Amino acid sequence: MGGASTLRLVWVYPDLLSTYGDRGNLLVLQRRARLRGIEAEQVLVHADQAVPRQGDIYLLGGGEDLPQVLAARRLRSDGGLRAAAERGAVIFAVCAGYQLLGTEFGGEEGQQVAGLEILDMRSGRGESRGVGEILADVNPALGLPRLTGFENHQGVTQRGHGVAPLARVLTGVGNGDGTEGAWAGRVLGTYLHGPVLVRNPGLADLLLSWVAGRLTPLAAREEHWTQSLRDQRLAAVTPAAP
Amino acid sequence: MGKLPMRARLATTLGGAAGTMSRLAGRGDGSVIGGVIGLRLEPDLLALLSAGRQIVLVTGTNGKTTTTRLITAALGALGQDVASNAFGANMEAGLAAALGKAPDAPLAVLEVDERWLPAVIKATKPRVVTLLNLSRDQMDRAAEIWLVARRWREALAAAKGCWVVANADDPLIAWAASSAEHVIWVAAGQRWHEDSWCCAECGSHLLRDELGWRCGECAFQRPSTRWVLDGDRVIDSSGRISDLSLSLPGRANRSNAVVALAVSEVFGVETAVALPRLRNVASVAGRYTRLARRGRQVRLLLAKNPAGWLEAFDVLEPPPVPVLLAVNAQVPDGKDTSWLWDVDYRVLRGRRVFVSGERRLDLAVRLEADMVAFDLVDGVDDAVDQVDGTSMDVIANYTAFQQIRVALGRAE
Repeated sequence: MGGASTLRLVWVYPDLLSTYGDRGNLLVLQRRARLRGIEAEQVLVHADQAVPRQGDIYLLGGGEDLPQVLAARRLRSDGGLRAAAERGAVIFAVCAGYQLLGTEFGGEEGQQVAGLEILDMRSGRGESRGVGEILADVNPALGLPRLTGFENHQGVTQRGHGVAPLARVLTGVGNGDGTEGAWAGRVLGTYLHGPVLVRNPGLADLLLSWVAGRLTPLAAREEHWTQSLRDQRLAAVTPAAP
Repeated sequence: MGKLPMRARLATTLGGAAGTMSRLAGRGDGSVIGGVIGLRLEPDLLALLSAGRQIVLVTGTNGKTTTTRLITAALGALGQDVASNAFGANMEAGLAAALGKAPDAPLAVLEVDERWLPAVIKATKPRVVTLLNLSRDQMDRAAEIWLVARRWREALAAAKGCWVVANADDPLIAWAASSAEHVIWVAAGQRWHEDSWCCAECGSHLLRDELGWRCGECAFQRPSTRWVLDGDRVIDSSGRISDLSLSLPGRANRSNAVVALAVSEVFGVETAVALPRLRNVASVAGRYTRLARRGRQVRLLLAKNPAGWLEAFDVLEPPPVPVLLAVNAQVPDGKDTSWLWDVDYRVLRGRRVFVSGERRLDLAVRLEADMVAFDLVDGVDDAVDQVDGTSMDVIANYTAFQQIRVALGRAE
């Protein structure tokens, strides 16, 4: 953890990349850290500010095409996020933010736009928009329960060398090839918004544990509403037949 | 109706009959089915029904139904019939049905769904197009709002002779409207900024200060305005200041009223004449209505998206008056509840909060994260029974609102 014992949660460009309730991921990380006695502060970085290099967890959210292109331009010239990744900081990116992590993605007219080159992957535009509830089984190497979320995107993403899928899709679209999201080291990306960490507290705890080490389990009453929501959403969506 | 071609007349008559049957059968208020049938018989029905009338179109993410009602009230001063889709049926069929029901009205005030605006401009050749605001709403089925604004921009550029009344404080609205030949800019305010940090013209960062907004890179900036909402007052196009003193509550409705006054002036209805008529509007399609329920007063507020919830919080009675929040995620609501996380609920601390609706667990987790205490309830009556005082406010999204109206309507 950077400096004292306060966890720094850096939300990158909430003014450009925050379309689908992305604040939820920040709030859930903060809540779950504090319930363990770990102080966690929110650091909001707007597009006209420099990205701090000493954050612990960096969050990137979803965005429309135009803001996504602008965010890519700013983040490339800023260099802070890439430096943080090279230092081994945790990065968790959703939807448009996820696409930004790769080498290129599709812009507002379908043109290819250069990404941040943090992960070896490329995104483009698919034939149709994937909209709806999504279920996916997490990569066994991460040891997490099934993911539930909502997706709304037209992107398709191909992973390159050294980048593993985050999950395998049961219902929904994800990367477009049956896989969902990407994972390499301490960098995770996903098409699930939802916001995804609200419905998938195990994923939130994984990110926290990468910074804070082993976490104590929360009390049942502290998990009650989260677990109720998670059970309801899992029950509401039937996995597609294999 | 004498001027309508035979097929359009037949389409209107059959459509009207279907609307009546639908109402009798208890299937909604009959304002859409008639139009659907009419359009099937005559695809140009909307254009034919619009010919020879002076038409006002009203669109935007929030405030369409209320502003349509306010403009209709103000134009009543002209002493002529005004056709209107007063109950919010705002796609092609609803518009055709509203015009078909009032064949002799020389004026029409029509609220239009954001996605339908370009087609409706083409068909109706409006005298005035009113643009209120644009923000995220039901994103699982709506287009990205920048694309919506771009389509408006193209449609308005092609609409020769049309007047646009537009909110200059909303950058996306300003961008869409600035392609039009004639624009009357209104300083109607914008509380929700989260969808307009990016210059719609060049994509750069927008800068904001007390004077408004401007692009940091290109020349795009807030246009200067002829009408201004200043707290509870309006400054009209000739610089006169009047107290609004509306019956409708909240900043958003004051903003809607100033826009309505600007539209009215295009028709020669001065503020001094229009304003008393706006003040008489106390409830719009069930919204802001106070209903007695088991000895308590229940007031209903409709809010469908983050910007709408922000404005609804502004209207709440002060604590400790309790509030019931009700959220569904059916198709008309949008099936994605992520937007709940874009709303800041901390203002609800210090009062009793109930949550209901099909997605009440989403609300529960959301409120827990904001450290707002709450109780789950099974519906409006369950909440009313737990209220200590004499009144309760309800904020609900679309289908949750309709369900509560039905529940309250049946009992009294």
